[in-house]
Amino acid sequence: MTVQEILSGLDSRDESALIGYFPAGYPTSADSIEACVAMCESGIDVLELGVPYSDPVMDGLVIQEATEMALANGFKLSGFFETLKAITSRVETPVLVMSYWNPILQYGVQRFAEDLKAAGGAGMITPDLIPDEAADWIRASDELDLERVFLATPSSSDKRLEQVAKVSKGFIYAVSTMGITGAREDLDAKARTVVSGVKATGTKVPVCVGIGISTSDQVLEVNSYADGAIVGSVFIKAYRDGGIDKLRNVVQELKAGN
Amino acid sequence: MPESLIAALDELEATYEAAKNDPSFVAELAELNKSYVGRPSIITEVPKFAALAGNIRVFLKREDLNHTGSHKINNVIGQALLTKRMGKTRIIAETGAGQHGVASATAAALFGLECVVYMGEVDTERQALNVARMKLLGAEVIPVTTGSRTLKDAINEALRDWVANVDNTHYLLGTVAGPHPFPTMVRDFHSVIGFESREQMLQDYGFLPDVVAACVGGGSNAIGLFHAFLDDEDVKLWGFEAAGEGMNTLKHAATLNKGKVGVLHGAKSYLLQDEDGQTVESHSISAGLDYPGVGPEHSWLKDLDRAQYFGISDDEAMQALKALSQTEGIIPAIETAHALAGVIKHGSELAKGSSILINLSGRGDKDMETVGKYFGFLGSGK
Repeated sequence: MTVQEILSGLDSRDESALIGYFPAGYPTSADSIEACVAMCESGIDVLELGVPYSDPVMDGLVIQEATEMALANGFKLSGFFETLKAITSRVETPVLVMSYWNPILQYGVQRFAEDLKAAGGAGMITPDLIPDEAADWIRASDELDLERVFLATPSSSDKRLEQVAKVSKGFIYAVSTMGITGAREDLDAKARTVVSGVKATGTKVPVCVGIGISTSDQVLEVNSYADGAIVGSVFIKAYRDGGIDKLRNVVQELKAGN
Repeated sequence: MPESLIAALDELEATYEAAKNDPSFVAELAELNKSYVGRPSIITEVPKFAALAGNIRVFLKREDLNHTGSHKINNVIGQALLTKRMGKTRIIAETGAGQHGVASATAAALFGLECVVYMGEVDTERQALNVARMKLLGAEVIPVTTGSRTLKDAINEALRDWVANVDNTHYLLGTVAGPHPFPTMVRDFHSVIGFESREQMLQDYGFLPDVVAACVGGGSNAIGLFHAFLDDEDVKLWGFEAAGEGMNTLKHAATLNKGKVGVLHGAKSYLLQDEDGQTVESHSISAGLDYPGVGPEHSWLKDLDRAQYFGISDDEAMQALKALSQTEGIIPAIETAHALAGVIKHGSELAKGSSILINLSGRGDKDMETVGKYFGFLGSGK
């Protein structure tokens, strides 16, 4: 099933959706495969598999340290699609790749899209690519029927929200706050504003909220006005501190908010 | 560029477009340049230094004599005025050598703005004196401990801060890289260097130089000089990049000579990167040139073949720094010394009697610890 079908299905049954991020190659490729499979088995609805990058300007310290370690341990794009395939062959959960733009540009947009498709990926989230500059990726993803997630933020104008809604497939990533990834105690009220702004465009594409979500209460709260909650740093912290078991527990705990 | 910053970039562009066509803004900037920065900066001919480069004449555009000791202040004053126009109360800046940080802290003091400067931990050590200057001026200096702990990582941290505080904060980017409108706007504020030089050469000497030369890290002082000469087809443009320990080693910052086109910090330009698009750490003895990217306009000038870019090693730069100090009594910054070394190295390729104008972009006071160690004036060294 596509990401959009999964999220729409959950929504029609009035169930919450949990989208989980984990970086490929952290701490090694083999470890990241096991961690991602465990997350899927423990209840996340969509997996967001990160491509480690040297300059992750939208990420807070937890993700920065994890992706830095993955790179230090030899993460390479040449091995990335094997990692992706190893995950998609073991789980039904759809997998979106999350990558900053320069690695894709160097690999080749079309080639990246083809290899992603061949490895069973559902599509891609591009945090530093705006629709205005995404012509190549839009063309490739249309051709290969891949989903593409763009970001909507508290500072986006109505006109920009419309553009994001128009080109996104899978879901629209509503950034909850003006800031970078990492757990926050209080979710910004701005999250609701962004979601209602996107919904006001009349889009049928689900809207999910990310950045700063770390508790089951927050997951529940977000799902009351949006179509899913995106969680990353907390999962990495759980894995870092307590391995696969702790990771499973935290996923179940956040999913239990349902 | 992340969507989160698009609104701020649009606001900045609109503010800048309105300001540059507003006579009161233009007049205020000109007045500050005159009475605060100390413009126009003079041109000094340096015949004894020129003798090291063959039978040519060498002129220095003395940006080192600007207030705060480098060209960086030109851009900072302009952007600080824009910050006020946007009603923002806080500026953040990245700095490598510390010159842009010092200039930003200076403007913040002058205009009553809060100022936070991000500086790679490696650079806070090799430019400790500038850290003290920024603190004295009232700025907060945050050492960046992620990534390579140099200029590119300072820019990453500044961008993260900006995303979170964009409502009251202007990111006062210090070079001609980064997302639009920074490359154009920063160039415009520095273009005073070239326009003054052009007029001074014609007025005082009656000719234009055959070559204008500058060091290139991000490329702000070079583009500031080059811009006014773009249409003078007979004037060659020479840029000198940091070749560090050598162009054929992995330890250099010669982006235009050794890089490939990629995207970093919202600009598409030449970039030092591996086959996966991961940014590669640059190396230079000069913190200000230690950046794996370069302004997109330099990439354009290179591809057009309008400008030539050469690599200069750490050792060549240090020897040129010493040479200018001892032949002319002018101590340049290590960054600037790359341009001086380039002229010594390539000046002999010019016809006898040719003239070169070098942008003396900064003074060397901040580098005394590195210089002292290198030449053995302070403890152990070469």
